Amino acid sequence: MSDLLIRGGRVIDPSRATDGVADVYVKDGKIEAVGRNIPAQPGASIIDAAGKVVAPGLVDLHVHLREPGFEHAETIATGAMSAAAGGFTAICAMPNTDPVTDSQATVGFVVRQAIRAAKARVYPIGAVSIGQNGEQLTEFGEMVQAGAVAVSDDGRPVATSHLMRTALEYAKTFGIPVADHCEDMSLAKGGAMHEGIISARLGLKGIPSAAEEIMVARDIILAELTGGHVHLCHMSTKGSVALIRWAKERGLRVTAEATPHHFTLTHERCEGYDTNAKMNPPLREAADREAIRQGLKDGTIDCIASDHAPHHYDTKEREFDDAPNGIVGLETALGLGLRELVEPGLLSLPDLLARMSTVPARIFKLPGGTLMVGAPADVVVFDPAERWTVRREDLHSRSTNSPFLGETLSGRVQLTLVGGRVAYDRSNRQIL
Amino acid sequence: MTEPTLGKDLLGLEGLTKAQVELILDTAEPFKEVSERAIKKVPALRGKTIVNLFFEASTRTRISFEFAEKRLSADTVNVAASGSSVSKGETLVDTARNLEAMRIDMVVIRHGSSGAAKFLADRIRSNVINAGDGTHEHPTQGLLDLLTLRDRFGKIEGLKVAICGDVLHSRVARSNIWGLLKLGAEVAVCGPATLIPPQVVELGVQIIPRIEDAIAWADALNILRLQLERMQAGFIPSLREYNRVFGVTRERLARAPKELAILHPGPMNRGVEIDSDVADGPHSVILPQVTNGVAVRMAVLYLLAGGGPDWRSGGGGDDR
Repeated sequence: MSDLLIRGGRVIDPSRATDGVADVYVKDGKIEAVGRNIPAQPGASIIDAAGKVVAPGLVDLHVHLREPGFEHAETIATGAMSAAAGGFTAICAMPNTDPVTDSQATVGFVVRQAIRAAKARVYPIGAVSIGQNGEQLTEFGEMVQAGAVAVSDDGRPVATSHLMRTALEYAKTFGIPVADHCEDMSLAKGGAMHEGIISARLGLKGIPSAAEEIMVARDIILAELTGGHVHLCHMSTKGSVALIRWAKERGLRVTAEATPHHFTLTHERCEGYDTNAKMNPPLREAADREAIRQGLKDGTIDCIASDHAPHHYDTKEREFDDAPNGIVGLETALGLGLRELVEPGLLSLPDLLARMSTVPARIFKLPGGTLMVGAPADVVVFDPAERWTVRREDLHSRSTNSPFLGETLSGRVQLTLVGGRVAYDRSNRQIL
Repeated sequence: MTEPTLGKDLLGLEGLTKAQVELILDTAEPFKEVSERAIKKVPALRGKTIVNLFFEASTRTRISFEFAEKRLSADTVNVAASGSSVSKGETLVDTARNLEAMRIDMVVIRHGSSGAAKFLADRIRSNVINAGDGTHEHPTQGLLDLLTLRDRFGKIEGLKVAICGDVLHSRVARSNIWGLLKLGAEVAVCGPATLIPPQVVELGVQIIPRIEDAIAWADALNILRLQLERMQAGFIPSLREYNRVFGVTRERLARAPKELAILHPGPMNRGVEIDSDVADGPHSVILPQVTNGVAVRMAVLYLLAGGGPDWRSGGGGDDR
């Protein structure tokens, strides 16, 4: 692996609160130096980053890679490629595959497939319960040894208060968070979108905000009872943000994420029954979207996660009720963050990058999210001003179920380095 | 001002203008007479091929469409979901595209999923008529209710209509709300709060919690069918109590300050949402609704086929 000199970019490192024009020198897969006028060693490749931003690679705590079991929608390799193309150097794979990632063997499979793919790093999230059935705890210890960084029954909530309590207690032994998909299933049953004026008009069964908030409240209360770390996935409602704010004021170990689609879209996007607007949690109301944005601004919501959920064309090309939930998000997350949060002045660019790299890396205790000397050279280079149109044929994911097709986003990824290796380079689109 | 037209499809009343709704009602008016003739047929849609694609069981609506099509001289085929390739796992869009490959002109679709008619309309060239999609809309039912009210009261504007029962799950309610509001009626809904979406007030509809108050307020009641599965799903405790609290009975109507027109889209659960002496009483327009259903559907078929005001002179539409 040759040395790399990334020259003359605006280097933003939220982990050290630095922001200024500098060079970044990469040697042996690690950050060797950051500073002005670093000389290139003989044989080093030089990347001209003038006018571009150089930042720690993005970290996504919440993706679905569909392998094993649903490889027609995504594989670990295509998902890791999509991640690299979106500027992500580390992604965390949810366990709702077939079979479920609920043992050291299945965790090991994800790790091995990710090494083989050699794109973004892929960290497995183990299931909380065997088969995600909501009954018996999985072997957290063995899964962590095999590479799991958190546990979750995502796709569904941790089924009972008792299971959540024991999971939070048991997870403390291994220093991992329990990530929860907050949804009271009895309230949400059969729901296809947010319950409100649009669902009433479209004649679709609604999922009330209360379905999420009840579980957020439960998890916060159990975090207090156990002292465990609960990570709240894809927060979507105003009430949830208020509950998390309250939990943080009490000093509880509660962290939370929000998705680009929840800070960008509202339930009005479901008009016309576009199945690419069908997700869980559903797109909510303008006041909810505003609360999520404010939560990201004041830190109540710690980080941005894509909830990348690839679905094959055929499964989305059908009646709204029958279509699966979710959208692909790895390649549009940065562009939406810039367009929706930075350009309107809600977040500074360093703050956005903190919420997309440094902070999520800390929440799951992952390497990365920093350009400190000696850290793995997980780096993204992007032009924050470049506008680009999301086109189906340009996406690297195996699925293209996105409500943002045809939209113009800001900030295009130029180069993604993972451990000093080029995982994505748009200048020649080579797949190295 | 140009004459309004209907466009390619009829998916719901929400998307129509007042002029379009009136166009359909006015077009239906002369079609009523066709059904009164000894020879109930006009050649307006001669040579047109229409598929009635019913993914849900239906007697009244399917037969009403079929009569409308036959009285306009169209060629019709009925496809029921069971016994077709749909039951072998074929998708809705594949089913429709295969039908279209046989060069049909129109599809009348009844489907259990809200939005199914629009889904189809976006993907095929044929005209699509929504004959009920999930809990979304049932526009021809809404139109026949409007026609029946207009027959009875002379005009819709200013009329007070209470829609009673399971509004939450009712496509009939949604189409009625849109049609009535567009034509200037005042609309209220009445029923147990578990079956009334509170957001209807944002549409300009008032909620009247008690049936006695709705009866005192309204000029007409449109009484929705209470489906028995609502009890199993926990929306109401029992049909018996529903009748006692929300049923439209002769005793309750007797206390009304004026005679109310009684509508019901059928099929009725006698003794649940409506008592027999109301359904069969002097102010019931339930059977005229059914008669008007054929005329309204003739009008919709005719207009979507591109028909102008001259169907009496022979061929209609663009196939002369």
